[in-house]
Amino acid sequence: MNQTGSGGMHDRLRRNTLKLMGWTVAWVVTLAIATFGPVFLWESKALTSGALLVNLAAGVGMIAANKDHLMVLDELQRKIQLEAMALALGVALVAGLAYSTADATNLIPFDAEIGFLVFLVCAAYGIGIFLGHRRYQ
Amino acid sequence: MKNRLKVLRAEREWTQARLAEELDVSRQTINAIEKGKFDPSLPLAFRAARLFGLTIEQIFQDEV
Repeated sequence: MNQTGSGGMHDRLRRNTLKLMGWTVAWVVTLAIATFGPVFLWESKALTSGALLVNLAAGVGMIAANKDHLMVLDELQRKIQLEAMALALGVALVAGLAYSTADATNLIPFDAEIGFLVFLVCAAYGIGIFLGHRRYQ
Repeated sequence: MKNRLKVLRAEREWTQARLAEELDVSRQTINAIEKGKFDPSLPLAFRAARLFGLTIEQIFQDEV
């Protein structure tokens, strides 16, 4: 069932959304530190490893917070999330493999970057959420 | 699936937000059920039936 924790649905949703936001910010900040730290701040591989470990830990926290967030949603909201995630996963699989093949066969004049795929998946997920909310308005 | 949720809510002069609070779901979910765009799960249908003191069949009717 969706009744997890105390308080009304709105209170629980707000609490979990804030928690998810906090973990997401922590993950992005630690990723930025792990990426740019070795370039601008230090040269030690041990520090880079430590920064990556902290980033992975923040990522685990973000995944757990996302799961908690999904558990608080009601059945229609979960359905919207499921359909959006299915779209994002499908786009990731189809576009990711096509992009990789285009790189391997030198159809594109540059190396395939994971960043493009991440952006595409986020865009597909966002569009899926938007369409879902519109459909059930 | 047809339902009498809107009528039952109106009889009690409840807003969608009030009914959503009573059933522990979002207002969007109540709106979607009332418009027939979304069919509730069995547990949610039971909660609605309990809330209005009716059977599930008295609130929700299959469209065949």
